[in-house]
Amino acid sequence: VTGRGGIPSLSAVAALVLIASSAAGCGRETRNLHPAPAASDVNATLADAQENAYAMNEGKRLYDAFNCTGCHAHGGGAIGPALMDTSWIYGSKPDEVFATIVAGRPNGMPAFRARLVDAQIAQLVAYVRSMSGLTSRKWAPGRNDSLQIGPAENTRDRQPPRGPEVLRP
Amino acid sequence: MPKRGALVRIRQPTRAPIALLALLFGCRQGHPPDASSAGPGASPSAAEAAGAAELPAELPTDDGQWRMVAKDYENRRFSGLDQITASNVAGLKVAWSFSTGIPKGHEAPPLVENDTMYVVTPFPNDAYAFDLRQPGSGPKWRYRPGPSAAAQGVACCDVVNRGAALWRGKLIYNLLDAHTVAVDTATGAEAWRTKLGDINRGESMTMAPLVVKGRVLVGNSGGEFGVRGWLTALDAATGAIDWRAYSTGSDADCRIGPEFLPFYPQDRGTDLGIHSWPPDKWKLGGATVWGFISYDPALDLLYYGTANPGVWNPDMRPGDNKWAAGVFARRPDGGHAVWYYQFSPHDLYDHDGINENVLVDLQLGGRWRKVLAHADRNGNFYVIDRERGEVLSATAFGAVNSNHGVDLRTGRLIEAGEKKPQQGRVVREVCPAAPGAKDWQPMAFSPKTGWFYIPHNNLCEDVETTEASYIAGTPYVGANVRYHAGPGGHRGVLTAWDPVAARAVWRVQEKFPAWSGALATAGGLVFYGNMEGWFKALDAKTGKLLWQFQTGSGVIGQPISYRGPDGKQYVAVFSGVGGWAGSVVSADLDTRDDTAGNGWGATMKELPARTGKGGTLFVFTLS
Repeated sequence: VTGRGGIPSLSAVAALVLIASSAAGCGRETRNLHPAPAASDVNATLADAQENAYAMNEGKRLYDAFNCTGCHAHGGGAIGPALMDTSWIYGSKPDEVFATIVAGRPNGMPAFRARLVDAQIAQLVAYVRSMSGLTSRKWAPGRNDSLQIGPAENTRDRQPPRGPEVLRP
Repeated sequence: MPKRGALVRIRQPTRAPIALLALLFGCRQGHPPDASSAGPGASPSAAEAAGAAELPAELPTDDGQWRMVAKDYENRRFSGLDQITASNVAGLKVAWSFSTGIPKGHEAPPLVENDTMYVVTPFPNDAYAFDLRQPGSGPKWRYRPGPSAAAQGVACCDVVNRGAALWRGKLIYNLLDAHTVAVDTATGAEAWRTKLGDINRGESMTMAPLVVKGRVLVGNSGGEFGVRGWLTALDAATGAIDWRAYSTGSDADCRIGPEFLPFYPQDRGTDLGIHSWPPDKWKLGGATVWGFISYDPALDLLYYGTANPGVWNPDMRPGDNKWAAGVFARRPDGGHAVWYYQFSPHDLYDHDGINENVLVDLQLGGRWRKVLAHADRNGNFYVIDRERGEVLSATAFGAVNSNHGVDLRTGRLIEAGEKKPQQGRVVREVCPAAPGAKDWQPMAFSPKTGWFYIPHNNLCEDVETTEASYIAGTPYVGANVRYHAGPGGHRGVLTAWDPVAARAVWRVQEKFPAWSGALATAGGLVFYGNMEGWFKALDAKTGKLLWQFQTGSGVIGQPISYRGPDGKQYVAVFSGVGGWAGSVVSADLDTRDDTAGNGWGATMKELPARTGKGGTLFVFTLS
């Protein structure tokens, strides 16, 4: 793909970049539209959601639809703790956040296991982790359909988790 | 409009001329005229003074105690003590203090009876007694009720508690997990505990009970969780539930019967608590009862406000949404409603009607009227005939562009259409914001000046309403809100308000919302605190700052004054930032999110740099 005089033509480079980027983003928008109610491999489901833009946007939608906003606002916290900062009372790893949403926590976090299937909770986990930049900017949401409340998720710097400051009961 | 020329009557007519003279000429005849110094209450016997009988409705002279949250049934927050004055308040010093060790918002007032002080804390709702004959020696007892930790998840606006009640040797107060407890004042042992609500449905309790005729009156919180509001009366001796009056639903549930005669026709009809809602929405209709209760012994009427209708998004609940965002007058015996008035029909902005109703008698248009005064979230200061529920005047006391006041012919709030929220759109610059021109922070009334002292907010908002789904035990709101400072750039104000002329006499600005209660004293002073931790004394006539003390954490408590066993006047208040406005600090919110704390992120960004967490009781006296 060299043009005259050995210099790559602009259009050829553009085509290469396009091919390369679309190859890299192959899984980005993959949608599993019929997830099993209970994932056969929860860890795999969680891992997939962490690297999928569709999952994160679904997570963002569910975050509002299941009233997470009412307690955690848009990440700044309210009744419940902030989710966009470095502090994680019950752990920041995907399986830990998953456990928090599934079973609830004793100081007021309700259990959502009866209301969402595993794949949806995995989407929520991915979105919640994107709030503090723990997922790659490649997958994190870039816009709000509603009131602009602050910087978009995909523009936030990674907030290094500080680990549990409050002892787990 | 009422005629100008404010005069305030001492309630017993025979004493009025003396009181008026005292007001007119500022003369001092031994004890100054005290708001609670007259009236039908019997003089307290020795037994009553010992706490063995029910609290008299009013005390013949100021005995220097503070036995109810607002000192009296009228909710005036006026102390007749006058040792501390404008000329000597500069010498006010800390007598003693006590740390609660709790990093949440401290909104409760101390109570003082029989040389003992009682305080209750935010969650975990501990109670302490202090022997005032041994100041600074630590608590006499501590009671730890251990409410359910999960209750913290259904407390919309920090895990506050707004105070206790005293009755015949019992300290009675509410726990966050929707229980009421009574504690023996001598020993700190629990006397009874009654479950009133269910946290799994979002019900919590934060308000201060009032004891009237042997009944403890309590209400629920949870208007942001789709609960159904109620006022409940318990037997003060046993804790058994006597009656419950719901704020939504059928007339029977709301204890609306033959005696109910609201002043305005829109409040008359059958089962309006059902028919003013879309089908079944009244079951999630909020209208909780989390503010202060007043009582007029002569009329035998209780007064209390109801909170915002459930789900903030007004498009989801067409109708007037009765009996939310209004005031009920009820009989303490049986709880039967006598009248009701709605401050905000079909509330658009989370404008709860729970702000306190202060009972005073005013000369309006040449007539003495028994009124209740109410500074509402919607920005209007209401003067209402407390016998019948007629609005005599309603005047904006803060920055308002979402309504044009009240049509005095129909009693209805006149909404400004352009500020009406619409689902899916952002409506900007709405004043006042959701916390209102004034939130819970109780005002004081001085019969010496005839003015109200209103701690309040100066906030506007951007609001976007959204479809909300009801999930029991989770917030049911449907609105994204972002508050900011109103005109002038400050977020708080203390306003001295003349209720007869219906105008502000003076105002003091605060950087942050003035979220503490106010106290007026016969010494001509007004006390309040700000969210930066300063506890202040102002000249009641001019608003001039005469004294201030940095308590180390934002003050959102209710200041009181009492006479100690040594005969000296004391002033006491909790310091400890939090509450809805202070949750940015008490809950470590991240203010990069404008909506943190349900709207406070944008406007409270500097607060964490200005104050820290932690509850401390401060007691001051002249050195």
